[in-house]
Amino acid sequence: MARQSTGVITARVRLGDRVFSGSTVIAGSVILGVLAAVALFLIVQSIPAITAKEGTLPNSAPNFWAYVWPLVFGTVWSAALALIISIPISIGVALFISHYAPRRLAQGLGYVIDLLAAVPSVVFGLWGVLVLAREIQPFFVFLNTNFGWIPLFGGVVSGTGKTVLTVAIVLAVMVLPIMTAVCREIFLQTPQLHEEAALALGATRWEMIRMAVLPFARPGIISASMLGLGRALGETLAVAMVLSPARVINFFLLTPQNPNTIAANIALQFPEASGIGINTLIASGLVLFVITFIVNAIARVAVNRRKAFSGAN
Amino acid sequence: MAITTTGPMPNALTAGRLPRGAVWMVLLGSWALLASVFALVQMGGVTEKYNLIGALFLGTVLFNIVLFVITYLVEGARQARDRLASSLVVTAFIIALLPLVSLVYTVLINGAARMVAPSFLTQSMRNVLGADGGAVHAVIGTLEVTAVAAIISVPIGLLTSIYLVEYGRGLLARVITFMVDVMTGIPSIVAGLFAYALFVLVTGDVGFRSGFGGSVALSVLMIPVVVRSSEEMLKLVPNELREASYALGVPKWLTVLKIVLPTSIAGITTGVMLSIARVIGETAPLLIISGLTASVNYDLFKDRMMTLPVFVYTQYSNQGANQSDFVDRAWAGALTLILIVMLLNLGARIIARIFAPKLGR
Repeated sequence: MARQSTGVITARVRLGDRVFSGSTVIAGSVILGVLAAVALFLIVQSIPAITAKEGTLPNSAPNFWAYVWPLVFGTVWSAALALIISIPISIGVALFISHYAPRRLAQGLGYVIDLLAAVPSVVFGLWGVLVLAREIQPFFVFLNTNFGWIPLFGGVVSGTGKTVLTVAIVLAVMVLPIMTAVCREIFLQTPQLHEEAALALGATRWEMIRMAVLPFARPGIISASMLGLGRALGETLAVAMVLSPARVINFFLLTPQNPNTIAANIALQFPEASGIGINTLIASGLVLFVITFIVNAIARVAVNRRKAFSGAN
Repeated sequence: MAITTTGPMPNALTAGRLPRGAVWMVLLGSWALLASVFALVQMGGVTEKYNLIGALFLGTVLFNIVLFVITYLVEGARQARDRLASSLVVTAFIIALLPLVSLVYTVLINGAARMVAPSFLTQSMRNVLGADGGAVHAVIGTLEVTAVAAIISVPIGLLTSIYLVEYGRGLLARVITFMVDVMTGIPSIVAGLFAYALFVLVTGDVGFRSGFGGSVALSVLMIPVVVRSSEEMLKLVPNELREASYALGVPKWLTVLKIVLPTSIAGITTGVMLSIARVIGETAPLLIISGLTASVNYDLFKDRMMTLPVFVYTQYSNQGANQSDFVDRAWAGALTLILIVMLLNLGARIIARIFAPKLGR
């Protein structure tokens, strides 16, 4: 019904339009509902554990926070180690694909790295424990005997190689594809004029990268690292299979007594848990959810600021 | 070492440059040096096996140092740093490839023989004590759980992306975009816990396990991926097509259905297949909500249901009397899983390439 009086012509509202746009809105709202449900159900199931009296929790923990704290430490510690390994490598790989490899090869090489992302985590776990841990154990012995005076490498060296350092290496391999992909995109967005200007002034390729590419890409590198961190924090099976866990908080990299992660602890304990044990595990899952939420939110903010910025130039 | 310029007369233009091929010679030289050092170490009886990876790794380190020093002496500090950066970047790439090569190699070597053995894809693990037995129950479970997850998440994801691209303005669209981002970051195990909490609340059974719960958990992980990829594809559809359709008097919903979707269907299919490939390998949520069993179970809504990733995990973690049987089955399951994921990826890329819309004239 067009309103002639104001001169504005509006389209006739058809039933099909109503139904279609309505269903898209419903679908979008379902997502909001699901997310709210995730938070709600986790909170509801966690309350018994958080309010539990002393002596009822697993591991004879006095309260829930005492139970979850070593796990939080292990989660953050292993993910941080993984990032320390994977940040330089992913920047190197991304630079190789964007600025060093021959143009014809570059895309193919990108696919090869993306293949790593296609490998399921349980396969990484299997590989980590049956191949990597065994191969790398002599190297751990070497580190321990020669560099044992560094506190990180101290302690009694593990005989199986199932240590937090092995886990960190596996996690680093697993987060490498996503970090490389983000870094690569950002590096390719560097204004070509900046690069050519640097080269024209006589800069070597490395100087050009340091002066033009890296400053431009710094926010992107940060957000890539945060995305990788989010993945590493939530990774479950690879850690559960590779790590030999204990309820400890320490910084030793090579001992058989390693702090466990939240996700791996849930996977290992859940099949046998009962009663308040289940609530405790769900509550620890809620803690993990909050941690990854914060990390991902920071990453998103960094990415979005970056987007607004690049639109201007 | 040949670091001085060759030729009868020093040339002003090539002086102060390393001769061509010097880089490769230094690389081969340092590898050869370290290889012989490790050979001597092995002959001395310090190590049992020949440590090829160690030789290559230390050889590469030596190469980086030697090349830096030589270039520093001949070409100067800036060139030396440039060469060091180049070799480090290439080294990083090779380091990133090592695990991929090692993983694919070991999975193939350890899994191929067991996977093609007749029992693997014809038997379940029911009443299996010896070396036979297979993963047929797990394959059935994986296919059913993932298919239902796709049936749940593709319509929701696709409609949401249509909303975001075609209709969404204002607060709701921004909130949904943000929440999809948040959902992308949900750890898979949290999705499993959510499905468990949901079904415990609905059924009141604390020990609840079913395949359908796994589908719900996987949908939580899959929906954001579908939304993201479909959104990107819908945005690629040129506005001129929509405007041409409106100009002919076609209503908006028909424009979306008949013009926008067919134009972007190849990209959307690719995105959906990639998202399936991503969730089909998820283990943690299925371990929690679908549980594990040794028997074939076709019923998604009743009883525990085995899936391939959980099969691999349990074969490794609950090893029975004869360990090698279990580990062999785990490798075979891993190979099957990788093959499925690779096929999905490959199919997605082929579809993307063949059916890509021809935008140019």
